[in-house]
Amino acid sequence: MDAGATLSSEPPVVDIRGLWSVFTTPEKRFVVHENLDLAVRSGEVLSIVGGSGSGKTVLLRQMLGLETPARGDIRVLGQPVSQLGRRGAASRIGMLFQHGALFSAFSVLENIAFPLRELKTLPPGLVRDAAMVKLQMVGLKPEDGDKMPADLSGGMIKRAALARALVMDPPLLLLDEPTAGLDPESSEGFVTLLRSLHRDLALTVVMVTHDLDTLFELSTRIAVLADRRVIVSGPAREVIAFQHPFIHDFFLGERGQRAMELLREYPFAV
Amino acid sequence: MPDPTPRIQAQPAGEGGRLLVLGQWTAAQFARPRLLRSLTRAVPPGRGWDLRGADQLDHVAAQWLWDRWGRRWPEDLEALPTQRAVLERVARFTVARPVRRRRGWLDAWLGLGAGVLRTGNHVRTFTQLVGELVLNLLRLAAAPHAGPWRDFSGHLYRIGALALPITALVGFLIGVVLAYLTSQQLRQFGADAYIVNILGIAVIRELGPMLAAILIAGRSGSAITAQIGVMRVTDELDAMSVMGISHAFRLVMPRAMALAVAMPLISVWTTVWALGGGMLAADVSLGITPAFFMRALPEAVQIGNLALATAKSVVFGILIALVGCHYGLRVKPDTQSLGEGTTASVVASITVVILVDALFAVLFKGVGI
Repeated sequence: MDAGATLSSEPPVVDIRGLWSVFTTPEKRFVVHENLDLAVRSGEVLSIVGGSGSGKTVLLRQMLGLETPARGDIRVLGQPVSQLGRRGAASRIGMLFQHGALFSAFSVLENIAFPLRELKTLPPGLVRDAAMVKLQMVGLKPEDGDKMPADLSGGMIKRAALARALVMDPPLLLLDEPTAGLDPESSEGFVTLLRSLHRDLALTVVMVTHDLDTLFELSTRIAVLADRRVIVSGPAREVIAFQHPFIHDFFLGERGQRAMELLREYPFAV
Repeated sequence: MPDPTPRIQAQPAGEGGRLLVLGQWTAAQFARPRLLRSLTRAVPPGRGWDLRGADQLDHVAAQWLWDRWGRRWPEDLEALPTQRAVLERVARFTVARPVRRRRGWLDAWLGLGAGVLRTGNHVRTFTQLVGELVLNLLRLAAAPHAGPWRDFSGHLYRIGALALPITALVGFLIGVVLAYLTSQQLRQFGADAYIVNILGIAVIRELGPMLAAILIAGRSGSAITAQIGVMRVTDELDAMSVMGISHAFRLVMPRAMALAVAMPLISVWTTVWALGGGMLAADVSLGITPAFFMRALPEAVQIGNLALATAKSVVFGILIALVGCHYGLRVKPDTQSLGEGTTASVVASITVVILVDALFAVLFKGVGI
């Protein structure tokens, strides 16, 4: 079977066309995105990188419908984004927020079960069991389910939040800085987890990250945001070869050189 | 487009007699009302299963099937490799449901004990807070230039100046209502002129300070608890401790001082507006002119009442600040605790104000009457 043909015939999971994002303050007007186009195909892991203030997180929030662009069209899973906020949104799109955004008044298990419980039709036993399965799929132990978010370590918060995002098996997962604030070891564990979930659950993943290790280990495609648009998108090697001051600083600085060694270790990424 | 409703159909016996699982088996489809009940009814025991006709099978649906199978693999199962992978994950990670323990006498007894200890802890930390306030005031008196004066003036503005409109409005309306209702009764006895005495004593000695204190407890007591509680949630309190700055000195004392100053002023302000409202209502309903009212007031109300009201207000102010800070500092870093703390703070400060007012009434029953 020709993989290229199936990819191009399937409609993109996320389709952004002619996007303009403008923020106005009383004194000034900032244009963050100018006529930006981006398509995310089914099954890929797309990383969005860019300097701070280049509107990566804004783009993610616009895909979720949390912010409305000034102009342009965003379709997620074939639907306009404005329709996503409705009932059952958790079964279409999962979001891992940078700080987890766990409900602090609920235990971990209640947090994970929350989208299911809100359906109001599933029996409590089934909800509990389904949440328990997701809890363990992200590498937490059953006894962690009774802990409160305040008692968790940073890595556990990310894992619990990921379990909550995935509880209804959405085909699309958005990650905002998935490994920010984690120590190298738990960061690596989390990346391994994400990779295995991506494979097992056939997820399409869009992530924003600054961490080059995460970037090279996970992404199948990298989109670089600079000059208010996507200047280049493609596999890591293509992106690095592109001539642009931002790309030079980001990938080929001292920090970049170290991470580039990973590129040789993980041919998966390229 | 095929029907997405999850359903189970029995295959004719000639073709294998399995149960065919059809439709989209996802949590989103399971959200349909009464669907699960109809599915449960459609499962006769002891048959084989064929999942290959299902469009999708997610973990929630797989969990349901697994429970239906009595949590073990059916002998005769046809499934696609991806469906089998989902079922295997569910099978691997399903744990036995915990047995719910009945609450017995021992739990009730232990609960009572925990309640007593909690109350004891409240009393202890509140006493500690009062003690710290006294020590910090002494420290401030020794070195007045090192005091948190900017904070003090900020709180004075927010707690005092910004509360002027609402206290004036409430005071005025209560004055009008009180005078109007009283005048109806007094007119029957022809004792119209006594409205000055009744209004004067009631408003100056009791209602003015009480109204002001209750309004401020609701308005500023809750704000104090919420502010300090959010500082706990965002680790700001810990950051302050690390810098060696005491919460009692930097957070509690300026608020207590600001309320001690603002409360008597607001109390007087509320009293004036309530008397104004009463004066207006007396003029309208009884024909008692403001000029007469003003002349009769100093004779009807001894000056001692004003002193008592002011002293009371200072105590109310300090108590509202202390109760607000007390509950704010006890907030645990989660939203539930923040909400509970704020509610408890308002209820407790209003209760404390009323209790202390009763205490004042008993202790100073010889003053001003």
